[in-house]
Amino acid sequence: MSKFESHGSYTPATGFGKWIDARMPLPRLMHDSFVAYPVPRNLNYAYTFGGMLSIMLVAQILTGIVLAMHYTSSIDTAFSSVESIMRDVNSGWLLRYLHSNGASFFFIAVYLHIFRGMYYGSYKAPRELLWILGCIIYLLMMATAFMGYVLPWGQMSYWGAQVITGFFTAFPVVGEPIQQLLLGGFAVDEPTLNRFFSLHYLLPFMIAGVVILHVWALHVTGQTNPTGIEVKTKTDTIPFTPYATIKDAFALIVFFIAFAYFVFYIPNYLGHPDNYIEANPLVTPAHIVPEWYFLPFYAILRAITFNIGPIDSKLGGVLAMFGSIAVLFLLPWLDTSKIRSAVYRPWYKLFFWLFVADAIFLGWLGAKPAQGVYTLLAQLATAFYFAFFLIILPVLGLIETPRRTPNSITEAVLEKNKKRGRVAPSATPAE
Amino acid sequence: MSEQTINADEPTRRDFIYVATGMLGAVGAAALAWPFIDQMRPDAAVRAAGQPVEIDVSGIEEGQAIIVTWRGRPFFVRRLTETEIAAASSLTEGDMKDFQPVDERIGGPAEAASEQWVVCSANCTHLGCIPTTVDDAPEGWSCPCHGSVFDMTGRILRGPAPINLPLPPYVFASESTLIVGTETAGA
Amino acid sequence: MMKNILATIGAAGLAIAVAVSGASAAEDAETPHYPIKKPREQSWSFAGPFGTYDKGQLQRGLKVYTEVCAACHSLKRVPFRALGELGYTDEQVKSFAAAYEVEDGPNSEGEMFTRPALPTDTFPGPYSNDEEAKLANNGALPPDFSLIAKARAVERGFPKFVFDIFTQYAEGGPDYIYSLLMGYGEEPPANIEILEGLHYNPYFIAGPALAMAQPLYDESVEYDDGTPATLDQQARDVSAFLMWAAEPHLGERKEMGFRVMIFLILFAAFLYVAKRQVWSRVEH
Repeated sequence: MSKFESHGSYTPATGFGKWIDARMPLPRLMHDSFVAYPVPRNLNYAYTFGGMLSIMLVAQILTGIVLAMHYTSSIDTAFSSVESIMRDVNSGWLLRYLHSNGASFFFIAVYLHIFRGMYYGSYKAPRELLWILGCIIYLLMMATAFMGYVLPWGQMSYWGAQVITGFFTAFPVVGEPIQQLLLGGFAVDEPTLNRFFSLHYLLPFMIAGVVILHVWALHVTGQTNPTGIEVKTKTDTIPFTPYATIKDAFALIVFFIAFAYFVFYIPNYLGHPDNYIEANPLVTPAHIVPEWYFLPFYAILRAITFNIGPIDSKLGGVLAMFGSIAVLFLLPWLDTSKIRSAVYRPWYKLFFWLFVADAIFLGWLGAKPAQGVYTLLAQLATAFYFAFFLIILPVLGLIETPRRTPNSITEAVLEKNKKRGRVAPSATPAE
Repeated sequence: MSEQTINADEPTRRDFIYVATGMLGAVGAAALAWPFIDQMRPDAAVRAAGQPVEIDVSGIEEGQAIIVTWRGRPFFVRRLTETEIAAASSLTEGDMKDFQPVDERIGGPAEAASEQWVVCSANCTHLGCIPTTVDDAPEGWSCPCHGSVFDMTGRILRGPAPINLPLPPYVFASESTLIVGTETAGA
Repeated sequence: MMKNILATIGAAGLAIAVAVSGASAAEDAETPHYPIKKPREQSWSFAGPFGTYDKGQLQRGLKVYTEVCAACHSLKRVPFRALGELGYTDEQVKSFAAAYEVEDGPNSEGEMFTRPALPTDTFPGPYSNDEEAKLANNGALPPDFSLIAKARAVERGFPKFVFDIFTQYAEGGPDYIYSLLMGYGEEPPANIEILEGLHYNPYFIAGPALAMAQPLYDESVEYDDGTPATLDQQARDVSAFLMWAAEPHLGERKEMGFRVMIFLILFAAFLYVAKRQVWSRVEH
């Protein structure tokens, strides 16, 4: 099992502490997981998003619970109940803007977290399960965010629900029954809204459950680090508290500054104006656009405008979209390189940044009307997206010549600081 | 711990930073908690809905009682007969735990010859049930939940309820119009 | 490493920029885009980090709304009691509300009846339902105005939407309303055909022309505070009023935002120093 299991240094100080420890060692678990837990000493700020995400999950649950005290999930009153939150409920506007912008910032943090994992090869053995649990969290987040967006019952809520549940009609035979099962009727209506509210309330707690598994898996294998070299000796690590805690806290507050900026100064920037119009099943908005965090997938969905053999374009688009997420699950096995971190992989580094640019580009295309040259660009960007995973990554691992990797984390740190001419302080690593 | 290696004057500065940072965090958390508590208080619409209500009482005969609502809560409006007032007036301080003279319990339109109206809360002061109206002077109401008995003017006679049924602010704008929720007519 | 990253991003960005400019040019040639003209950006008292509503302007805007717009457009989510925020006293709000009739009931005979509105009531609309509204307006439904200033915003396009984050531009709604009200009276270009009963307005978001005829002219209302009621002034005032109707807590929000930002920046500074101190114990 884990080479970290012996890091427990918890000794209860009081009689009461001992009494608890002998019966239910929760304080010991907390101490071993968040105080004494050893982390590599060379973690940079890219490694602070995990902590941020758990705080954002808690924040979304808290604001969501209080919003649910005022929200009503009936198609006749949903829109006005949100308006009464915005106008009449004490601090209601604040809580609602925190929740709606919180969803966006949750996704900003999760995308940075995912890109960090890809850059430093965090998905590679023995962390495949950790990565897959992360992908499951991401899927649950998408479902939660989508259903939450339906709740205000604005025009984009309604038509977004219509379009997304319509994905399933692409599948022959089973498609229509599945769609009706999801909607509880033949169209988006009262039953749909009620079940979406119920599930929107439930899913975050399932996310919290998977997060616990994700952290558990992390604490078994330990963090990766920018060098991609596994921890070898005790000098490679420092205790989680105070080092990682204070760094995470600083990063979190910087993140909150950006979050607060949006909430207080441009709270509707990330939303869509049409969602301030109450849902109308007879009028479709001119441009249906999902929330920004779904735009790359939306672009992929629309990029398939041609039939592929027996698969018609509609089914092809839906399959491409689901495939673009499914391929993430396979990433640990698609990357054939023995080197973990992009720092020592010059070609992978280049393609990684191209992939980031491609994802952003797809996002931009997703917001554009699906016509003319945009369709062509979306097809090219989609092709690159899949090529990155299915061709570039497997081939690169075989042909790329990596740079020399250091022997240990400690060596890498000392080397870097010597190069920078930084004088070593009284080097006292973790006791 | 590595604190031993540090100069004598440094711990104060270090401690200041840690303590100040911790305190800022505590202040921030407390400030953040406020909106979550604040949102539970009655909202602007509910507060504004506490407007006085006007009730047409011209149809109420002597000896009759009705229930009206103000701010979402029920209130009794009862028009007493001469006998009922006499029965209530005959009760003395020894008969009840929260004595109030009858004239403080009843009111009426300014132009009427005598006061004969009782306007009081319809939630039992024990645990909030609505007492049933009885016509058994001097007993006027009896609570079905836990057996509290009130007289014709809403004063507690016996049972677990500790105090009389409270009186809301009210005023008779005219002979036939009662306004519950304010003491000044024409507002 | 940073150099490499920047170089790569730069190259990718350049490639995208070239593709995008080509794309935009191609798109313009294909389908007409509405609005024909982008909204004219105005300076608003409620813009920016310290923005607040100008109560005098809101009062004038209320007058324009009640005397002109309210003939067709409802304001069904705004209660009269909210007018206190415009600087009116409780008494003024009461008498303002009492000038409206609202339906209430049923009474003890089971009949619905009308009574003067109370401050707790919302603005009653000009029509009893959407069907009646359509019938009275040649089939076009005049939208409710409670949220119109947040429900209308013309797409900003690249790169403006990036700059908007830093300039805190959030006045797309009032800019649009103002521009639309000012945008009547131009001759339609020869290649655009205006259907019978529609009115050309290059600022209209959903086509070249809309069903509403020019609603405001110079002196459409007479202001109580003596401000000359030019068309420009009225359009400006009613746009500000509608922004208030859609986002009544804007001033409170920005004021609280300032305090929160100061706190967070201070807290971040302290955390940074504390973090430096903690990490100075170890090479990293």
